[in-house]
Amino acid sequence: MTAATVTRPRNTFNWAARRRWRNFTATSAATLLGLIVLTAFLMPLGYMVLTSFKDVQQIIDPNAPFLPSRPVTFNYQGQDYPLMQVPTDSGTKEWALVEKGREASKFVDPQNPDAGLIDWVGRWRTLQPVYRVDPFTGNFAAANDAVNVFRAMRNSFIIAGLGTIGTVLASTAVAYGFARFNIPGKNVLFIILIGTIILPSQVTLIPTYVFFRAIGWGGTWWPLIVPHFFSNAYNVFLLRQYFLSIPKELDEAAWIDGASPIRTLVSVIIPQSWPALTAVAMFHFFFAWNDFFAPLVYLTGKEELYPISVALTQFNNAFGSQPGQLMAATLMTISLPVIIFFLAQRHFMQGIVITGVEK
Amino acid sequence: MAVATQAATAAPPIRRKITASQRREIKWGLIFLSPWIIGFALFTVFPMVASLVFSVTEFNLLHPTEFKFIGLSNYARLFSDPQVIQSLLITLKFALIAVPIGIFVPLGLALLVNAKRLFGKNVFRALFYMPQMISAVAVVVVFGAVLNSESGWINQILTAIGIEGPRWFQDENWVIPALAIMTVWTVGSTMITMLAGLQNVPTEMYEAARVDGASPVRSFFNITVPMISPVIFYNLVLALIGSFQVFIAPFIIGAGRGDPNGSTMVYNLYLYKTAFAFLDMGYGATLAWVMFVICLILTVVLFKTQRRWVYYAGGE
Repeated sequence: MTAATVTRPRNTFNWAARRRWRNFTATSAATLLGLIVLTAFLMPLGYMVLTSFKDVQQIIDPNAPFLPSRPVTFNYQGQDYPLMQVPTDSGTKEWALVEKGREASKFVDPQNPDAGLIDWVGRWRTLQPVYRVDPFTGNFAAANDAVNVFRAMRNSFIIAGLGTIGTVLASTAVAYGFARFNIPGKNVLFIILIGTIILPSQVTLIPTYVFFRAIGWGGTWWPLIVPHFFSNAYNVFLLRQYFLSIPKELDEAAWIDGASPIRTLVSVIIPQSWPALTAVAMFHFFFAWNDFFAPLVYLTGKEELYPISVALTQFNNAFGSQPGQLMAATLMTISLPVIIFFLAQRHFMQGIVITGVEK
Repeated sequence: MAVATQAATAAPPIRRKITASQRREIKWGLIFLSPWIIGFALFTVFPMVASLVFSVTEFNLLHPTEFKFIGLSNYARLFSDPQVIQSLLITLKFALIAVPIGIFVPLGLALLVNAKRLFGKNVFRALFYMPQMISAVAVVVVFGAVLNSESGWINQILTAIGIEGPRWFQDENWVIPALAIMTVWTVGSTMITMLAGLQNVPTEMYEAARVDGASPVRSFFNITVPMISPVIFYNLVLALIGSFQVFIAPFIIGAGRGDPNGSTMVYNLYLYKTAFAFLDMGYGATLAWVMFVICLILTVVLFKTQRRWVYYAGGE
């Protein structure tokens, strides 16, 4: 009896400890693997951010460390000399190289320049220069001067903003029609709607282009904005699924109380659908912000109307040899979508799961 | 609950009697559907018909008055156009690399961010999804810099481990693989749908397999893969059609000319040049319809293979 009471707790304790230890190693291993994969996956992003803070010298310097840095110099008697890491008897010193010699060189100690030149025996070429982190911020202004990045961002903002208003209004109405009204042939219409999602855009592209040019909308933003006021199949699908999950009793009650369908939509359905509406608005905003083909085709030659995606391509063609400025322009381009994404990422993920697809 | 049931059983007979209310419902329903119906007619039906008409005409926007009906000449031209065969082969080569990337990378990432023991799952999910927010143009520009044979990190890393990296964008053989590599940044939404698929697999199945002594690898291939095969199938269709539509990456990397030496002249780039550089709308529409038919055939073929490997738990 006593033996049992002594041994049982100890066994339980050992077993629990071992299990905790195993869980800990499993968690560490999984998380470490995740971090390695994530680092490799986001590596191009790191390259972009670091390069955007480097000037041409810093990019081509083969010895330069990872972070944007430049070699440090020390001004000695009116002249700049490079700082080197010099191994001495009393540890590595950061000394300025004043006189270069094949087998021995003269240095000066920046901490104590009055002591004069120090002779050091050894090959100076084997020494590592001293680097200090020194981010260069001129790329952003230079990129903006070369291609008006801010103007292009403003253009994208207007195009995307108006289109978002259009698609949210229209898709809400259409989704409400599909979710709540008994119309003969509704199911066939809905299948056709879904069918348009898979339809490749080239089939409609050329006549649409000819049509917009014929009514004088070539070289304007209208072809990029107006079609969205006729709703979009993805958004209708997403919103319809969401509306169907709202209990029908609520809007039937409103209806019986004499509310018009529009009133019901505005005061019953919409207040309950903010997550889905936010997802739709964001999907469209980013779709329009990132859209490339339509502005490329419709705005050819109208530089002052270019959205950021086309402006960036133009920049890439003209300044491909300036990685610093190019990466700065790219960083400016992606900053807004990425910031908004992190602020609202939960809505995104939900939206994708509802539709099973992102546009 | 009881009240709701009562209301539901009481409502239909009343409605069925009053046809005026039904008419009102249809009227309002059509009002709400009208944006889509008008838009569908204006931006889908009308252009599709017009596109078919264009494809049997000679229609160049540079001299629109010479518009004339030429029967199937555009189709005859297409089948004897060496550029079409060439661009289709380039597109196929791209698809053969990009489709496996588009399935296995998001599947691997979904398994990773679904791992029971991963710490900070939501942060990982958000970060793996994030590049999807970056515009395709920016993705191409960034990868263009990272894969630069001199200043890019990829080749610097390869050099550091003793491999001489290829000149990605100057070498005709490497430029298509380079374009396909860029698609790893567009796997975010596929990853999320696969993750949703993984989370829908009932945990009892794994428990039963473990009790029966199945190894994790075995339960992956015998439970996970069949259970998520509908999601894989769905994404396979999207990835295949998507890679046949590739345009932005070859347009930017090949400077719109198919550089180097025509090796990035994919089908859609050829279509773009025909229609929007040479403004040959008749032949452009023909190219567009043929691409549509190719995508349709690919989809039908995939659906035919479905019975062999896609498992629908619902029994479909």
